[in-house]
Amino acid sequence: MKVGPVLRALPTLFRVGFAEAVAYRAEMLVWILATTMPLVMLALWTAVARQAPIGPFGEKDFIAYFLATLIVRQLTGSWASWQLTFEIKNGVLAARLLRPLPAVLSYAVDNLSALPMRFLVSVPVAIAGLVSVGRSMLPSTAWGWVYFALAVWGGWLITFLVNIAIGTLSFFMESSNKVMDVWMAAFMVFSGYLIPVELFPSGLRKVADFLPFRYQIGLPVEIFTSRHAQDDALSLLARQWLWVVLLALLVHLLWRRGLRRFAAYGG
Amino acid sequence: MLGRYLRLFAIQLRASTLVAAQYRYDFIVEGIISLFYTVTALVPLFVIFQARPTVAGWSFGQALLVVGWFTVLQGVLEGAVNPSLSRVVEHIRQGTLDFVLLKPADAQFMVSTSQFLPWRITSLLTAVGVFGYGFHLLGSVPSLSALLACTLLFASAVTILYSLWIMIVSAAFVVVKVDNLTFLFSSIFDAARWPVSVFRGFLRVLFTFVIPLALMTTFPARAMLGELDLSGLALPVIVAIVFFGMSRAVWLRALSRYTSASS
Repeated sequence: MKVGPVLRALPTLFRVGFAEAVAYRAEMLVWILATTMPLVMLALWTAVARQAPIGPFGEKDFIAYFLATLIVRQLTGSWASWQLTFEIKNGVLAARLLRPLPAVLSYAVDNLSALPMRFLVSVPVAIAGLVSVGRSMLPSTAWGWVYFALAVWGGWLITFLVNIAIGTLSFFMESSNKVMDVWMAAFMVFSGYLIPVELFPSGLRKVADFLPFRYQIGLPVEIFTSRHAQDDALSLLARQWLWVVLLALLVHLLWRRGLRRFAAYGG
Repeated sequence: MLGRYLRLFAIQLRASTLVAAQYRYDFIVEGIISLFYTVTALVPLFVIFQARPTVAGWSFGQALLVVGWFTVLQGVLEGAVNPSLSRVVEHIRQGTLDFVLLKPADAQFMVSTSQFLPWRITSLLTAVGVFGYGFHLLGSVPSLSALLACTLLFASAVTILYSLWIMIVSAAFVVVKVDNLTFLFSSIFDAARWPVSVFRGFLRVLFTFVIPLALMTTFPARAMLGELDLSGLALPVIVAIVFFGMSRAVWLRALSRYTSASS
């Protein structure tokens, strides 16, 4: 496949994806509301921290942390696994494969073109954070902003690649949605979505550092709320992008193996 | 009348069980997944109670009871309520609800009992484990009256859960695509694993009266501890009756707007 035509097709694909996101805005709003779990955790943790801070986290730190979590979750969302499972089972994938464009890329475009709408939702959250917490709600240095951009980008790639990797399992088994459920359960705990990874007991924390989850949400959030020195942030970023590379290889392998088993049903 | 419906219920349940029996190894898979869910759900609890001996007046053992009730209700939701009612959404979209309406039995009853996932009973086993661990930490056993009380509250919790679900499904008659509404509800329901007293202000009011999560998990847990007096017992029961009546009215009203989907 040539790179040139693909690149030329991208802007149009994004426009189509964006139009779709606008058309189904009510539905998208419900999806966004369904990811407001950080607000519940915010209420919970600030209630606990009201008497005295927990470890390095005071009340304001928790507010900053969980509002940032809400934003990062919006920016790193992907649902390609469910899409892929559905399309493999129904044979709709065939239509996608016919396009002169790598199918994985078309899923990426699908998911990414929802970003502008989701970004719109994040802005008021960020403003609410700025009003209640003040400056510590934003990265205080220039490198902080750069690293944050890299970390969000890496976080999205990990989320997306895992989605595709688990989705391709549907080539081999009846439905991979159960696998995704298990992944999500582990993600909730180890990603820092419900508890900041910093608060884990040290043994558990070492485990979390080795797993991919904390690089999906935790790392971007920690960089955003300036919880790392530059060196630490850099070494964590390196680990994150190592996961990105590993997962990309895995997807490459699974996709090629799986596609051979694909049979489109229906006419 | 009642006997007929009980017989119908038994038939529907048997059909679901027969289907489930074809996928026997699912019992083990579901069991492992349920255990995994519960263990991961306990991690935040461990972290919080490592920093504090009590949170909002709840010790670790007591909070475990809330988690136990949450696990039970999640099992009920995913095993008995969600599967059949998400079918309704499909029926409405495709117009096949016609076939249900044609049957000489109450439509709400028919759709509510159309599918069960018996293997989700593994959640109950996991919950028993959590209860056991909680009472082990508390160093006590629940009294007989406490057990009776929490059985009553369990029944009202299931009623509230079911009624909420019927109301959500009724929305499908109007907006057609509600699979994401069910997802939204499941994610809100997640908050039920915490004792309601940790929440304040808006969330507290929301979780007590609008979406009464507090009555579903916190109250049964307190009943188990023998902390509830008569008025504390009466509140969930009354709310359950009100919610059930409301959901029936909403369902009938929504059904009257059903126009089928064919040409």
